[in-house]
Amino acid sequence: MRFSGFRVFKEGLTGNKGWTPHWRDPEPKSEYDIIIIGGGGHGLSTAYYLAKEHGLTNVAVLEKGYIGGGSIGRNTTIVRANYFLQGNSEFYSHSLKLWEGLEEDLNYNVMHSQRGIINLFHSDGQRDAAARRGNMMISQGDDAILLGRDELRKMLPYLNFDDLRFPLYGGLYHPRGGTARHDAVAWGFARGADQRGVDLIQNCEVIGIDIENGAVRGVQTTRGPIRAKKVAMVAAGRSGQVAAMAGMRLPIESHVLQAFVTEGLKPCIDHVVTFGMGHFYISQSDKGGLVFGGDLDFYASYAARGNLPTVENVMEAGVALMPMIGKAKVLRSWGGIMDMSPDGSPIIDKTHIDGLFLNCGWNYGGFKAVPGSGNVFAHLIATGRYHENATKFRLDRFRTGRGVMDEEGKGSQHNLH
Amino acid sequence: MRITCPHCGERDRREFYYRGAATDLERPAPDAGEEAWDNFVFLRENPAGETRDLWYHEGGCGAWIVVARNTVTHEVLGTQLASEARS
Repeated sequence: MRFSGFRVFKEGLTGNKGWTPHWRDPEPKSEYDIIIIGGGGHGLSTAYYLAKEHGLTNVAVLEKGYIGGGSIGRNTTIVRANYFLQGNSEFYSHSLKLWEGLEEDLNYNVMHSQRGIINLFHSDGQRDAAARRGNMMISQGDDAILLGRDELRKMLPYLNFDDLRFPLYGGLYHPRGGTARHDAVAWGFARGADQRGVDLIQNCEVIGIDIENGAVRGVQTTRGPIRAKKVAMVAAGRSGQVAAMAGMRLPIESHVLQAFVTEGLKPCIDHVVTFGMGHFYISQSDKGGLVFGGDLDFYASYAARGNLPTVENVMEAGVALMPMIGKAKVLRSWGGIMDMSPDGSPIIDKTHIDGLFLNCGWNYGGFKAVPGSGNVFAHLIATGRYHENATKFRLDRFRTGRGVMDEEGKGSQHNLH
Repeated sequence: MRITCPHCGERDRREFYYRGAATDLERPAPDAGEEAWDNFVFLRENPAGETRDLWYHEGGCGAWIVVARNTVTHEVLGTQLASEARS
């Protein structure tokens, strides 16, 4: 089934009876060439690109819950390429380019909206840092514009320009940044992978990884054993438990990050706005809800909910920055589990076990990386070589100290990134 | 979440700074080698369930405290001064 304007029109006139399920619900086979553990955004896009770019379709994605039920459905949907360090910079640039062609590629409306992101700054020093980051983004081939206070006021007149603690000096504007509909991203990749022959197997939890003589042989699941020549672990949020089945300890600590959405309002916030000093960022969904969040709760957690002190912090920062949102009612809040790595950058690598691959450590940045991560991970799995835009996400960079990519120079404590 | 400081009693979580897993108390010798230091600085057990982590009573007495805690339910199971946990 292909989506098109004509199809929507026709279905509208004929009672919408012609729509079919977006993907099959197959029984697991006893053997695949490649098994992907984790049917989240990254796992699904890995499967999609394995099929599309490498012609590998004897692939199964094993999901312990349902497609779209993990972090791909629990984020704040922001897409951007405003990284500073080499390694991250070219990767997120690559991912943003894939986003820009994604809807046509998938024949699926992921509601990718390049409404622009503005990172606010509040001092001369922060302006210098923003200019430096902007120059790095431009030299990477992406876009960045340094806004002064007056330009900022024209674009975001609703901000509190009288704040004495954090006076608004301007913002770093990244016009190609924006948002996308997160569920649709999962569904689009799932449908695209399924159409090319990948088996998406839901309610199938991996409970063991079979390793013989240093090589992976398959997995044990709640729906029986499945053999495979290659196994990819893509289970951010639960990476540690999955890797433990292969006898590995990861440089990951799991933390809860909360997010909030208000009742639907008329359009009022046209961009994504980030207020780093207040640990607050916000955008408005196409449905009208203000979607916003803040920082981690800061203690290791696997609960998909946080505690009230962080809620209070986020609300205070939001109202301090844009007093107009004070009257909006918060509809709901939730927490997502973050794989926090010691340098704030992800890991996409082989492991010391033959045929076993690892993709984890996405910190807060997993959503925007969905197309890029799947694309470069599929390349690694299929060819055994690192993709040219993902050569630096090595697992051993912590042990050796070579190639650590700490964007903000925070040090090795996991929760500080 | 409320944490019982061995000195000050039960206090709001906001008085405490979170450092990380309590393995931070098991610092290897300077010459213990790459693997031991990798293990200490970067690698984590990261359990979904009971864990022991290290908190600092920043807004109180300034003690470092080992908190036994459940990472899935946020239940605090017990606390101990880090100085006692290490000895």
